Amino acid sequence: MNQDKNGFFGKWGGAYIPEVLYQTFQELKEEYARCRQDPAFWEEYLSLMSTYSCRPTPLTHAENLSDYFGGAQIYIKREDLNHTGAHKANNVMGQGLLVKRMGKKRVIAETGAGQHGVATATMAAKFGLECTIYMGEEDVMRQRPNVFWMEKLGATVVTVKDGSRTLKDAINEAFRDWVTNVDDTHYVFGTACGPAPFPEMVSWFQSIIGIEAAEQIMRYYGKMPTKVYACVGGGSNAMGIFKRFLGEKDVELIGVEAGGHGADSGAHAIRLSTPDASPGVAQGYKTMFLQDDDGQMKQTHSVAAGLDYVGVSPILTDLWENKQVRFESATDSEVMEALDLTMKKEGIIPALESAHAFAGAYREVGKLSPDEAIIINQSGRGDKDIFTIAHAFEDPSWKEFIIGRGKGYSSK
Amino acid sequence: MQLEQQLRDRTKEKDILLMTHIVLGYPSFDANREVIRQMVENGVDCIEMQIPFSEPMADGPVIVKANQDSLAKGTKVEDCLAFGTEMADTYDIPFLYMTYYNIIFKYGEEAFLKRAAESGIQGFIIPDLPPEMGKSFLTLAEKYQVSPILIFTPTSTDARMSELAGYGQGFIYCVARRGVTGKKSEFGQDFNDYLSRCREATSLPLAVGFGIQDREDIEALKGKADIAVIGSRTIRLVEEKGPQAVGPFIAGLR
Repeated sequence: MNQDKNGFFGKWGGAYIPEVLYQTFQELKEEYARCRQDPAFWEEYLSLMSTYSCRPTPLTHAENLSDYFGGAQIYIKREDLNHTGAHKANNVMGQGLLVKRMGKKRVIAETGAGQHGVATATMAAKFGLECTIYMGEEDVMRQRPNVFWMEKLGATVVTVKDGSRTLKDAINEAFRDWVTNVDDTHYVFGTACGPAPFPEMVSWFQSIIGIEAAEQIMRYYGKMPTKVYACVGGGSNAMGIFKRFLGEKDVELIGVEAGGHGADSGAHAIRLSTPDASPGVAQGYKTMFLQDDDGQMKQTHSVAAGLDYVGVSPILTDLWENKQVRFESATDSEVMEALDLTMKKEGIIPALESAHAFAGAYREVGKLSPDEAIIINQSGRGDKDIFTIAHAFEDPSWKEFIIGRGKGYSSK
Repeated sequence: MQLEQQLRDRTKEKDILLMTHIVLGYPSFDANREVIRQMVENGVDCIEMQIPFSEPMADGPVIVKANQDSLAKGTKVEDCLAFGTEMADTYDIPFLYMTYYNIIFKYGEEAFLKRAAESGIQGFIIPDLPPEMGKSFLTLAEKYQVSPILIFTPTSTDARMSELAGYGQGFIYCVARRGVTGKKSEFGQDFNDYLSRCREATSLPLAVGFGIQDREDIEALKGKADIAVIGSRTIRLVEEKGPQAVGPFIAGLR
C-alpha cells in the first residue's frame, strides 16, 4: 500500500493542508523517505521497541474461547502488552525517532481515548521533548485517568471545548497549534488518517503487528489464519495487522466499526459498513466522512472514545472500495457482552475499542471449521476503561466505592 | 482578471484598500446585511464572506465560534449562496467566498463555481486547498472566470511563492504571521523582509491579513501592501457593540 506522489491511495487521501505547513510537510516527507530507505532506522526502531516496550508482543491461543464457540481456533495478538497498554506506542516511538532526526524540540498530539496521548507523553519524557496534548472535553470526562497520567508524565493537557468536543475537535486544535509553532514542533498524528504522509507513515510503524503475527501463527499453528479481525476507529491498529496479510489470498481481513446504539440509530461511528457516510475532505485528507448534505460533520457516538470519529483511514477506504477488506460493525451492547465473555473465559481484558474486534469475530467464528484459525487484534488493554466499563456494567459495589471516595474528598 | 482590474482601479484613488470578513449567518443574516451596508458605505473595497464549516482548522477562536454558532442556528450552504447573490446584486464592490474545501467538494466543484460566477462572486479563498490538491478546481475557476486567491505565508520559500503566484489570480493573500486568525501581529523588520519577498514573487496586488486590528496597523502597511484585511476584529466588534458600531470603526481606519 504505497501512496502516489500526491499522497493518494486510489482516490482517497492527499494532503489538504494550510499553506503555512507546506514547507514543514516537505521536510517531513523527505525525512520519512530517508528513514524508509535506511535499514538502520528500522533496526533502531526494533531495538527500541524490544527494550523499551514489549515487542514482540505475544500471540495468545485462546483455547477456552475456541472450545466455547466450537469453530475455528482463536488467536489473540496482544498489543495490550505494549508499554502504555496499546498499539499506539508503535507509532509514537517511531515518530519519536523521526523527531530526533529532524531536530525538533516539541511534540503535540490529539487524543481520543487518551492512549495516544499517554503514549506521546511517555515518548516525550523519554526523548526529552516538550509535549502538549489536545483532548476533547467529552473524552476528558470519559477517560480522566489518562489525563492524570499525561500530566504526571510532564505533558500539558489542553481540554478542547469546540464542536462536538471529541477526537475531531482535538485534531483541529492540534493543527491550530502546529500552524502557530511549526518551526520547532512536530505533530505526532495518532492514527492512519490526516494529510499525507501520515496515513502511510503511521501504517508503516504499525505494520510490525502483522509482521510478528504472521510469523507467530506459522510457528504455533503451522499455517495462515483464514480471517483477521481488527477494530477500526481511525484505522491504525487495523492497518498494522492487515498490511502483512494483504498479499495472502486465502486470508480474509475484517474491520469492525463502532455501531454505537445501532446502525439505524444515527448514534454511531460507522463510516464504511453502512451507507451513512459519503466522500468528503476534512482534517487534511479525503475519505468517507459522516457528514450531512452540506458537508458539515455529524455527531458520532461510541462507548469507545477511541472509535468515536467521523473519518477513517484513506488506505482502508481504498481497500474497502477494492473489496480487499470487509467491514462490519458492533453495537455498544454487543461489545459489552464480548468483553464480559473474554474476561470470564480467558482472563484477558480488552479495551472497549478492541472489544469491537472480538464482538465481530464471535459472531462468525462458530461457523468456521475447527481446522481453521483466526486472529483477533487486541489493540489495547481494558483496565484503563475502568470507569466507563464499571459504569456500563452498572456495577453496584464500584458505585458504592466511588460515592464513598467522593464523600471522603468533599469532607476534607 | 476582472477582480484584479477592479482592485487596481480602486488603488488609484486610495493609499491602501480595505478588505473585510464576515461569517455568514453569524450572528444572523440580518446582522450580516446591516454590517455589509455599513462596511460598503464607509468605503470598504472588497468583502470576503465565509460560508461556515464544522471543522474550520485554519481559524482562531473568534471565527471558530462564529462558524459554530451560525451552524447551530441552522445556516445552510443554500442560504449562504442566496445571500451572496443578493449582496453582489446590491453593491458595486467585489465579493469573495471564503470557505473550506469540503463545502465546495460536497456541493460539486463545477456546480458551485458556475453558481458563484452567475451570482457575480469574483473570487474564492480556500485555506485548505493547496494548488497540488486543487487541479480541477483551478481549471474550473478559469472556465467560469472566478479568481482563485492563493496564499503566501512567512514560511513560504521564494520558490514556493513563485509557484503559487503562477496559479493565483485577483490578488495574493499574504498571511502576516504563523498561526490562526485573530491574534495581534507585529510589523517589524522580519515582516518587511517577508513582504518584499512577496512583492518579488508576484505582480498581483498583495493583501495582508491575520491580526490587523486598528488604524495604526493599517498605517504600517501603506506603501508595502495594496490591501489590508480586517477579519476577526469586526466580528468581535459586532459581538460587543452590535452591527451599528461597524460603520464608525471602518471610517476611522484610514
